[in-house]
Amino acid sequence: MAYREPTDSYERYIPAKTPVIEPGHDYESVTEKISGLVLTQHTGRWWIVGFFISFLLVNVLFISIAWLLYKGVGVWGINIPVGWGFAIVNFVWWIGIGHAGTLISAILLLLKQDWRTSINRFAEAMTLFAVASAGLFPLLHVGRPWLAYWLFPYPNTMLLWPQFRSPLMWDVFAVSTYFMISLVFWYVGLIPDLATMRDRAVLKPIKYIYGLMALGWRGSARHWHRYETAYVLLAGLATPLVVSVHTVVSLDFATSIIPGWHSTIFPPYFVAGAIFSGFAMVLTLTIPVRAVYKLHDFITLRHLDNMAKVMLATGLIVVYGYFTEAFIGFYSGNEYETYMIRNRMFGPYAPGFWSLMLCNAVVPQLLWFRSIRRNVPLLWAISIVVNIGMWLERYVIVITSLHRDALPSSWGMYYPTIWDWGVFVGTIGLFLANLFLFIRLLPLISVFEIRELVSRQPEAGNLSEDEGKDNAMIPGIKPNPAGGDA
Amino acid sequence: MSTTHEIHPAGVYGMLAEFTDPKDLVEAARLTRHEGFTRIDAYSPFPIHGLADAIGFHTTKLPLIVLAGGLIGGLGGFFMQYYATTISYPLNIAGRPYNSWPMYIVITFEMTILFAGLSAVLGMLALNGLPQPHHPVFNAPNFELASRTHFFLSIEARDERFDMDRTASFLAGLPNVRSVQTVPMGNVRDAMEA
Repeated sequence: MAYREPTDSYERYIPAKTPVIEPGHDYESVTEKISGLVLTQHTGRWWIVGFFISFLLVNVLFISIAWLLYKGVGVWGINIPVGWGFAIVNFVWWIGIGHAGTLISAILLLLKQDWRTSINRFAEAMTLFAVASAGLFPLLHVGRPWLAYWLFPYPNTMLLWPQFRSPLMWDVFAVSTYFMISLVFWYVGLIPDLATMRDRAVLKPIKYIYGLMALGWRGSARHWHRYETAYVLLAGLATPLVVSVHTVVSLDFATSIIPGWHSTIFPPYFVAGAIFSGFAMVLTLTIPVRAVYKLHDFITLRHLDNMAKVMLATGLIVVYGYFTEAFIGFYSGNEYETYMIRNRMFGPYAPGFWSLMLCNAVVPQLLWFRSIRRNVPLLWAISIVVNIGMWLERYVIVITSLHRDALPSSWGMYYPTIWDWGVFVGTIGLFLANLFLFIRLLPLISVFEIRELVSRQPEAGNLSEDEGKDNAMIPGIKPNPAGGDA
Repeated sequence: MSTTHEIHPAGVYGMLAEFTDPKDLVEAARLTRHEGFTRIDAYSPFPIHGLADAIGFHTTKLPLIVLAGGLIGGLGGFFMQYYATTISYPLNIAGRPYNSWPMYIVITFEMTILFAGLSAVLGMLALNGLPQPHHPVFNAPNFELASRTHFFLSIEARDERFDMDRTASFLAGLPNVRSVQTVPMGNVRDAMEA
C-alpha cells in the first residue's frame, strides 16, 4: 500500500491527509532506521564540521566566562541604569526556547496528538540544552557564581534564609524544577529505547554502556503498565509546570514598578512568546536534521505543517500582547508609561523595536498559506526570522524600559561589549555541541512510540487499498489490534 | 537450547513462547490465564493496551505514590517558607503580616510538581524492581528481539501448574506461536556452557 498524493480538490483540503508516518514500515524497519543512525551509520562530514564549529564556540564561552570571573561583571556592558543587559535577555530567550519541548512532549501527549511522536525526543533534548544554556546567565549575572548556592534554603551558619517573597527566588525554584522534571521526563522516555540499543549493539563495551543506562529494561507487561502510568502522570505534572515557568520569568518583570514591565498582560504574553520561539527553534533544528538523516518517513510535511500552525497561533497571541502593551501605554494616562512606549517606538532603540515587529508580527503572517507552510526551505527561513525576532523582543523589553529612568539625570545607553557577545555566542555553541552529541549517541526519535504507531497502522497486504487508506490517514479511528482505547 | 528437557526444573526459570504479532500475544496471555497459570508475564517492544489485563495485572500503586509525593512537596514547600518568615527569622516590614501566604504560592507549586514528578519516576522504577541488570529471561537466545520486533509470553517454573512437558505442549498449541523454549536460570546456563 503506497501513500497516494491527493488527487481531487476535496481530498486536498482534508487537513489530516499526510500521514504521521509514511506507510510501508514495520517494527524491524523503524528500529533499524532510527537505531542505525547511531549504531551503524558512519559519522558524517557534516557532523564533524558542525561539532567542530560548535566546540570552538564552547571555547569562546569558556574564555568569556574565565575573563568574567577574573575581572567581574564590569566586563559586560551593564551599569546603572541598565543593570539587566544581555544576561537577562539571553536567559529569557533560552528559557522560552525550551518551552516547545515540554509542550510537544507533555501537552500534545495528553491531547493524544500522534504527530508529536516523531519529534518529542528531539524537542525534549532541545529543552534540556536550552535550559542548561539559560541557567548559566543568572548564575554569571549574580557576580559571584561560587556563592550561588546561597540561593537555596539550606541550614547555614549565617542563620539566614533566602527571600521567598522575591520573584527572583521564585525563578530559582521554577527553573531548577523545570530542568529536573524535563531531565527525568526525557530519561524515562529513553529507557525502552536504550534497551533496544543495548540489544541491537554488537560491540561489547557499547552494549554494556547502553545496558547500564537501560537499567535492565526487559519490556515486561507489568513494567509497561507502570511505565505508561508514570509517563502520563509526568505529562500531567509537566503541563502546568511549563506554563508556570515562563509566568514566573515574566513576574520577575511584572512585579517591579518599571514602566513597560508592570503589566498584567505579561504572564500569558510571555508564555505564548515562549512557545512561539520554541517551535521556531524546533523547526530551525529539525529541518536540517531531517534532511541529512533522511527522516522524511518519520518527520513528514504534516509535522512541519502542524508546527508552523502552532507558530502562527502563538505568534498572533504575541502580537495581541504588543497591541495591548502599546494601547495601555497610551490609555493609562500615566506619563511614564506613555513616554516609555513612545521612546520604545521612536527613541534610540527604535530600530530594534521595528525589526522585532517585522520579524514577529509581519513575517509569520506568511504561515497563513499552506503552500508556504509546506515549502521547507522557506519555512526554515521564517523560523530563523522568528528566533531573531524573539531575541529582539526580549532585548527591547529589558533595555528600553531601563535605559530612561524616571529622572533625566539618570538616563543612559546600553552597549553590549565583546564579552557580552562572547557569552551569548558561546551558549549557542554549547547548545549546538550538546545537540550534535545527542544525535550521534542516542536515538533522536522515540523508537518504541513509533513502533506503537506502526502497530496501529494496518499491515501492508492484510487490508485492501481502501481500508488501508481510511484507517491510516485519519487519526483517531485507527484500528488498535490490542483492543482497548489508545 | 529449545529442547532442554533434561534440565531438572529446579534449574529452570520457566518457558517462553515467541510471537510476531501483538494480537497473538494478547490472545495467548488470555488463554494462558484461562488455563489456570498465574505466574506469567508478557514482553513486548512497545506498550500494548489490554496486555497487562490479560496477564492479570490490573492496578498499580503508582498514582498513590505520586499523590503522596506531591502532598509532601507542597506541604513541605509551604511550611518551609512559613517557618522561615514567621518563626525562624520574622522581619517586621511596616507592620505587614509575617505569614504572607500569597507570596508562597509559586514555590509551594513548584515543590509540589518537583516532588510528585520525582516520585513518579522513582516510584515506577522501584515498583518495577529496576535497575536490575540481569534477569533469567535474558538467557533465552533470541530474547533480545523483545526490545525490537518480537513478543514473548513466559510461564515461570514456580507456577503450581508448571510441568516441563505439559506446559511446553500447551504453549506450542497456542495460536500463531513461533517458538517455545525453556529458559534456564543464569547459573545453569553458565554450567552448560562450561
